[in-house]
Amino acid sequence: MSTTATPRIELRGITKIYPSVVANKDVSLTALPGEIHAVLGENGAGKSTLMKIIYGVVKPDAGEVLWEGTPVVVHNPAHARELGIGMVFQHFSLFETLTVVENVALGLPGNPPLGPLAQRITEVSQKYGLPVDPRRLVHSLSVGERQRVEIIRCLLVNPRLLIMDEPTSVLTPQAVRKLFETLRQLAAEGCTILYISHKLDEIQELCTNATVLRAGQVTGHCDPRKETPKSMARMMIGKDLPHPQHVAATPGEPLLALAGLERKSPDPFGVSLEDVNLTVRAGEIVGIAGVSGNGQQELLSAISGEAPVRDRKAIVLCGVNVGRMRPGRRRRLGFCFVPEERLGRGAVPRMSLADNALLTAHRYGYVRRGLIRFAQIAEFAQKCITEFTVKCGGPQAEAKSLSGGNLQKFIVGREILLKPKVLVVAQPTWGVDVGAAAFIRQKIIDLRNEGVAILVLSEELDELFEVSDRLAVIAKGRLSPAKPIRETNVEEIGVWMSGMWPGAPGAAGALPPSVEERHAAQA
Amino acid sequence: MRLKLEARPEPSRLMGYLSPLLAAALTVVAGFILFSALGKNPVQAFYTFFVHPIRDLNGVTELLLKASPLMLIGVGLACGYRANVWNIGAEGQLILGAIFAGGVALAFHDSDSKFALALMFLAGALGGMLWAAIPALLRTRFNTNEILVSLMLVYVASLLLSWLVHEPWRDPEGFNFPQSKQFSEGALYPILVEGTRLNLGFLVALGAVAIGYVFLNRSFLGFQLRVAGLAPDAARYAGFNAHRMVWLGMLISGGCAGIAGMGEVAGPIGQLLPSVSPGYGFAAIIVAFVGRLHPVGILLASLLMSLLYLGGEAAQMGLALPSAMTGLFQGLLLFFLLGSDVFINYRVRVVRPVPPLAQHAVAA
Repeated sequence: MSTTATPRIELRGITKIYPSVVANKDVSLTALPGEIHAVLGENGAGKSTLMKIIYGVVKPDAGEVLWEGTPVVVHNPAHARELGIGMVFQHFSLFETLTVVENVALGLPGNPPLGPLAQRITEVSQKYGLPVDPRRLVHSLSVGERQRVEIIRCLLVNPRLLIMDEPTSVLTPQAVRKLFETLRQLAAEGCTILYISHKLDEIQELCTNATVLRAGQVTGHCDPRKETPKSMARMMIGKDLPHPQHVAATPGEPLLALAGLERKSPDPFGVSLEDVNLTVRAGEIVGIAGVSGNGQQELLSAISGEAPVRDRKAIVLCGVNVGRMRPGRRRRLGFCFVPEERLGRGAVPRMSLADNALLTAHRYGYVRRGLIRFAQIAEFAQKCITEFTVKCGGPQAEAKSLSGGNLQKFIVGREILLKPKVLVVAQPTWGVDVGAAAFIRQKIIDLRNEGVAILVLSEELDELFEVSDRLAVIAKGRLSPAKPIRETNVEEIGVWMSGMWPGAPGAAGALPPSVEERHAAQA
Repeated sequence: MRLKLEARPEPSRLMGYLSPLLAAALTVVAGFILFSALGKNPVQAFYTFFVHPIRDLNGVTELLLKASPLMLIGVGLACGYRANVWNIGAEGQLILGAIFAGGVALAFHDSDSKFALALMFLAGALGGMLWAAIPALLRTRFNTNEILVSLMLVYVASLLLSWLVHEPWRDPEGFNFPQSKQFSEGALYPILVEGTRLNLGFLVALGAVAIGYVFLNRSFLGFQLRVAGLAPDAARYAGFNAHRMVWLGMLISGGCAGIAGMGEVAGPIGQLLPSVSPGYGFAAIIVAFVGRLHPVGILLASLLMSLLYLGGEAAQMGLALPSAMTGLFQGLLLFFLLGSDVFINYRVRVVRPVPPLAQHAVAA
């Protein structure tokens, strides 16, 4: 660390304690002007809390913040912006029914005239390579474009510190590269960037300095350029990573088939499914990639039966037309499903693990004459806890009391132990620590080797390339053809993620491609 | 130094049990102040209100008699409330149960058939369910709010009963009073304790508590109701039919209320009158919540609520206080319960400002 320059921001001994968890304990961090500084850690390591403290959203219980050498107490986000701190949150705060310039105006003090503001937005967007039309309505923008709006909104006030909270989780690989160019340009102009992520390859590519957090405490500093992802992972989780075993598949008969699946979204800003075709055979894993919000939720609830479709032949499960069937009847055919939301959908937060096992296991002899067989279901829950190494207080522990990763292991375990013929898993390892993620992927692969047809939806391309036999992409409610994993690569899937696969309406030139697509096509 | 209400990491089980007791204690304290303000000797007033009514066998049987419909309806409501099906119209369903049962009783007036009572029981349940089916149908078909619909139907039911006893079912020998004929012996619940009014209805209510306990805590259907209430998305994910849960919750609570209505006209009243219930259907809502939507809790809460009814009557006679006292105490109890319930999910913490020195100590 240089001793000549005054650090742009310095944190000393920051501690924040929530009723149930210590989010930050004695955390110190120093970032110099022009530095792209990574804050690295698993989900729940305390990264976001630390950033919210800097941005004035959360007050620390102890410790101090030095802004350009002087101690400050950041009262609220408005105060942070006054100081010159900007933050782009993981979840955007834009009004879909307003235009870009109207959204930006809402975040600025006073009542700025829209004409000149639009002019400035265009200037900033050109200067930093963030093309966005200020007159467009936000709901018509892609996720990448929305993120640009959020970044431009920060840049308008010339920040000297920009905080980016997991910015790439919603972007295609090509859009990620564009973002990195912008961030490097900003850093070259002297802006400090705090970059939060758990994606090690990105950090290695972008950042010049890193602070690693584990369980709320700093476990190390490093220069990512001099580290390997493996060595950083060790700092992050405290041990080496297991790697899943993957042998060639021998697919059998088709067990899940989608044929011309369509559904109009009742929500004007929702995604309608159009002509979705897919076949998943016994003993293979088909992955579906895509930027979130491109119809994944709609597709999943159509397959699971939570939102049945009109055409009963559009979904064929184990040879039965199930399009109009409710979830219970589909499950009776051997269908199991791990949804993206664990608390409230995959599990009832305020019920015990035994009760939560009953939620989907009740068909397998755990109810007799209408009464629950408590001893047997507790035994099943215990088996799931043991086999999937779920850290918890036993079958009677409330689902809510488990960490996200452990609950995910329990839900995946429950569905796998029900011996499905077809298993659909959404975001199998979202928010799960790296060790547990590898474990879950291995279990999914093992299940495939036993002849189960498996469909995995994920936003993590690495994960899909690791587990899938074939890979398809969902974009704007349409599904690409599924390609064997050996015949494709991250670049091609990245292009497909913006809806540009051969034969897609956008690619054929039927629709004018959005700004994002043009960039994707150039890349 | 200031007080801060902060969320507990998880709801306190202890407070879940303590809260109704705390509410009861606070109600007593508020009552104490109230009696004093009214110029009554609070100790004597309390004796009149809470002890005098149950000082002898007759008093105790009256307590159980009035507790019967409360626990019966309360258990039924709890089944719905567990599933987030908010039936507020148990009073109307009770009235319909009384009308249906009364209709059967009047039809059997000149017969001494042994089936009269059983038929009345079924008719009462059917009447209550029918009335509850209206909000259930409207909610599942048109997504209306069952709170509003079931509540408004109370007034429809009440006017329907009023019309029946004024017009078609009026006793021709009743000196033009708006009331039906007295039911025959075969259409009345048998008396349990000779010389009192305590009847078979009490055992019916106890039976409902037992069945309710098994249903809610042991049966898979009860489990589905609870899941639907706690996490509707999880219920849909698991394949539980949401509409079926609404129907189940409404029909069970409506049926119980209807049986309670039948019990009133086949028990202490013995005929149809323009009013067959002193608001049992509404009081049972409080009973269900004070009893934590748990059948055993409801059993205890119904005894407390019944005592409030008796105490209110005693206060009218012994202390010359208005009958509104009963409603007032019911309201106080619910108010304090909801207030105490805050502490199930929250706790009070004393916040001391951190002295600046301490911050530096941590930094160093």
